[in-house]
Amino acid sequence: MNANVKKVDYAVRGPIVQRAVQIEKELKEGVKKPFEEVIKANIGDAHAMGQRPITFFRQVMALCTYPELLDDNKFPEDTKNRARRILQSCGGNSIGAYTTSQGIDCVRHDVANYIQRRDGGIPSDPDNIYLTTGASDGIVTILKLLTAGEGRTRTGVMISIPQYPLYSASIAELGAVQVSYYLNEEKCWSLDISELQRALQAAREHCNPRVLCIINPGNPTGQVQSRQCIEDVIRFAAKENLFLMADEVYQDNVYAEGCKFHSFKKVLFEMGPEYSSKVELASFHSTSKCYMGECGFRGGYMEVINMDADVKAQLTKLVSVRLCPPAPGQALMDLVVNSPQPGEPSYQTFMKERTAVLSALAEKAKLTEEILNTVPGISCNPVQGAMYSFPRITLPERAINEAKAKGQAPDMFYCMKLLEETGICLVPGSGFGQREGTYHFRMTILPPTDKLKIMLNKLKEFHQKFTQQYS
Amino acid sequence: MTENGCEYRERVLTMDTMNPNVKRVEYAVRGPIVQRAVQIERELKMGIKKPFTEVIKANIGDCHAMGQKPITFFRQVLALCSYPDLLEDSKFPEDAKSRARRILQACGGGSLGAYSTSQGIEMVRQDVARYIERRDGGITCDPDNIYLSTGASDAIVTMLKLLVSGEGASRTGVMISIPQYPLYSAALAELGAVQISYYLDEDNCWSLDINELRRALQEAKKHCRPRALCIINPGNPTGQVQSRQCIEDVIRFAAEEHLFLMADEVYQDNVYADGCKFHSFKKVLFEMGMEYSQKVELASFHSTSKCYMGECGFRGGYMEVVNLDPEVKVQLTKLVSVRLCPPVPGQALLDVVVSPPQPDEPSYDTFMKERTDTLATLAEKASMTQEILNQVPGIKCNPVQGAMYTFPRIQLPPKAIQEAKEKGQAPDMFYCMKLLEEKGICLVPGSGFGQRDGTYHFRMTILPPKEKLKIVLAKIKEFHQHFVEQYS
Repeated sequence: MNANVKKVDYAVRGPIVQRAVQIEKELKEGVKKPFEEVIKANIGDAHAMGQRPITFFRQVMALCTYPELLDDNKFPEDTKNRARRILQSCGGNSIGAYTTSQGIDCVRHDVANYIQRRDGGIPSDPDNIYLTTGASDGIVTILKLLTAGEGRTRTGVMISIPQYPLYSASIAELGAVQVSYYLNEEKCWSLDISELQRALQAAREHCNPRVLCIINPGNPTGQVQSRQCIEDVIRFAAKENLFLMADEVYQDNVYAEGCKFHSFKKVLFEMGPEYSSKVELASFHSTSKCYMGECGFRGGYMEVINMDADVKAQLTKLVSVRLCPPAPGQALMDLVVNSPQPGEPSYQTFMKERTAVLSALAEKAKLTEEILNTVPGISCNPVQGAMYSFPRITLPERAINEAKAKGQAPDMFYCMKLLEETGICLVPGSGFGQREGTYHFRMTILPPTDKLKIMLNKLKEFHQKFTQQYS
Repeated sequence: MTENGCEYRERVLTMDTMNPNVKRVEYAVRGPIVQRAVQIERELKMGIKKPFTEVIKANIGDCHAMGQKPITFFRQVLALCSYPDLLEDSKFPEDAKSRARRILQACGGGSLGAYSTSQGIEMVRQDVARYIERRDGGITCDPDNIYLSTGASDAIVTMLKLLVSGEGASRTGVMISIPQYPLYSAALAELGAVQISYYLDEDNCWSLDINELRRALQEAKKHCRPRALCIINPGNPTGQVQSRQCIEDVIRFAAEEHLFLMADEVYQDNVYADGCKFHSFKKVLFEMGMEYSQKVELASFHSTSKCYMGECGFRGGYMEVVNLDPEVKVQLTKLVSVRLCPPVPGQALLDVVVSPPQPDEPSYDTFMKERTDTLATLAEKASMTQEILNQVPGIKCNPVQGAMYTFPRIQLPPKAIQEAKEKGQAPDMFYCMKLLEEKGICLVPGSGFGQRDGTYHFRMTILPPKEKLKIVLAKIKEFHQHFVEQYS
């Protein structure tokens, strides 16, 4: 079989999750365990953990799916208008038709308008918008375009350690070279330009670094990069001739005071034409996170800036082979970027629901950081944004040795024991990358507040017990 | 200096620095002729005068876009799943509600918005397995061998990806028909695998000839390592429905020559011609006994985009893998996990496709009527298309036995061929472009699918509503006669 595929790893759905699923089956069969349910805090799946969908979105989706409902007076007028507009731009007025490969025209226009509003009026060209099957699809497509060369000229892709393992998996599958740059754990996981420089210099000895990927707000780390940092990254990319990929799927998930989301596009253009007419940038967004949590719909888009016109034609050709992204996901993205406005019937409910989701997440981010930091041997950076905490865990020497004897990464050993003893499923830090000799786990902050408290306390208990056991 | 006075700097990503395999990819179904068609539509909207008032897009198998109606039951269930408040609404029949509840129970948090497992919602895979068992006369299907996918295309590319390895003379070769649906050639180009073309027999209704398979294989062994054999049945673009004998022969051939079989069966309900019947590769394989059924590695593909559903936009699909090495299967599961999961609305749709209303259920009558009407209409249009085209001197159309297309052969005058070549255009592209500009009909030239050297074809869908189809066919007849005269 394909040798590159064998090198692919994706820890978020890896061995520990497979074991968790097995345990769930055992529980169902009545096998006795020290717990009654498995808590899947391994994946950023908001609805699975009880978050409710936004009513307005689902109303419009139902109307698009079964247009007979347009006669039903149960639906507010603004949902019907949105649905009619979407259906009018679908072939045969049906979301069952293929769309153009770049995505429904009116949706791309609405996305461009959203970006323009978000970025204080900086223009966005709908023709630079590509709708995608989740953000992952767009990310892989761009990486694919960028991968070329052989041996020492093979494309190198800069990505943070720790990172969301879609990047390492795709790099492995494409046979590109991963160029890791370490985020600074001591400084809230911030990005350090001198570290970028170090990684780049080292990489140039064995590959051709051409891309710099950054996830902001960060996954798994939750850091929200400062505006200064974003400018520095842009300057660095310009200087070093790097294509910038900005993964911004958590752009509404910002909790910490003093933190703000700054889109790479906005900052780039505010830096003036010396940069904005030169730096090649692709920014990614999705319907899976933020306050929507509509992971299953696989909605997403990317905006490409300063892409060579011929390459753009190649990009359009490439995405045409898969025909189009799912039309329901495109429709949903339309609603996300074109949500109820003040004065519209659904506005109040929409704002209430949106605010409730985001503030619950902010509370849980805080709660998580607080509780974890009361545990000796666990050190948790502030969860400034996104949906995860990535605390550092101190493991006793004996535990590390036992893990190694088993051929297991020490944090996998820890997480497996946690799973077997408490039913809590997390992902070991080794799945995301970390400095050697350090250990972490990634946990989502998504379970409902009460369950989250219970979970965090069980974790605390477990960690203390584990530390004692292996002293 | 650039326009805004900034220093010129070569971009990072250029034609020279980009992935060379991507440059080799072609996908004619959405290629240059379609781009021109879209441009013309814009010009019409702007009020530019043309010899026609609308562009008829008969280039792509997009049923709903051409007026086919969705199946009511399916859309009711999906609406209920999208907005479960509607479960209180008495407008919806009980069977739609119970399907929706069942689906939602199998979703995380009772929501279509949750990720599903990467292989696809377990309950849906179980329903798919039962569907396959019913279809194949009881032959067992293991839900664990079912992988839901983002349309059939996704699964096809995933399998090809797994199969591609080696370098130079040991590089994976993949056998695919000429003509073929250009997803295959595009995927092979992108993966850097070797395409091994085997010609279907136009003089015998596009049937598959084992001798031709053998010939192509022998040739290919000299420069690559042939490892897979792809077959599309019912065929795209050709519409042929392979006989059971032929399917047995292909299986025997694959067994002998140690080839992984990929059976693209997305048109399995689209069978029109008398005497033709869909035989699934899985069924025939197992009916051939253990000597084959335990050995031949097979992946079969299906989709929600075609048949009577036409739900292309939902990107629903599945594949069934048979006799896949268990360790490779683990790799497959791992590979699909990176993309998390296929779209859940598409998975839900697939579930109702494989568990449609039963005779004792409230929605049954309406469902059967809609399904029958759609398939009967397609059958009529298939027949009509073949008849009308065969009346045109210089156009020869094989029976459209199944699928959704016709792939007639067109005779082009030497002068036209000459002019095309001078323009650097494939002669059938030249023909189709003129047809588009003069009549507003968008077809795909045969060169986009492959054909024997010196022959020319086009692919046209049979999807436009009957009355419009008649008009389209009449215009093609006119155009062809005029074209032939013009270039005599």
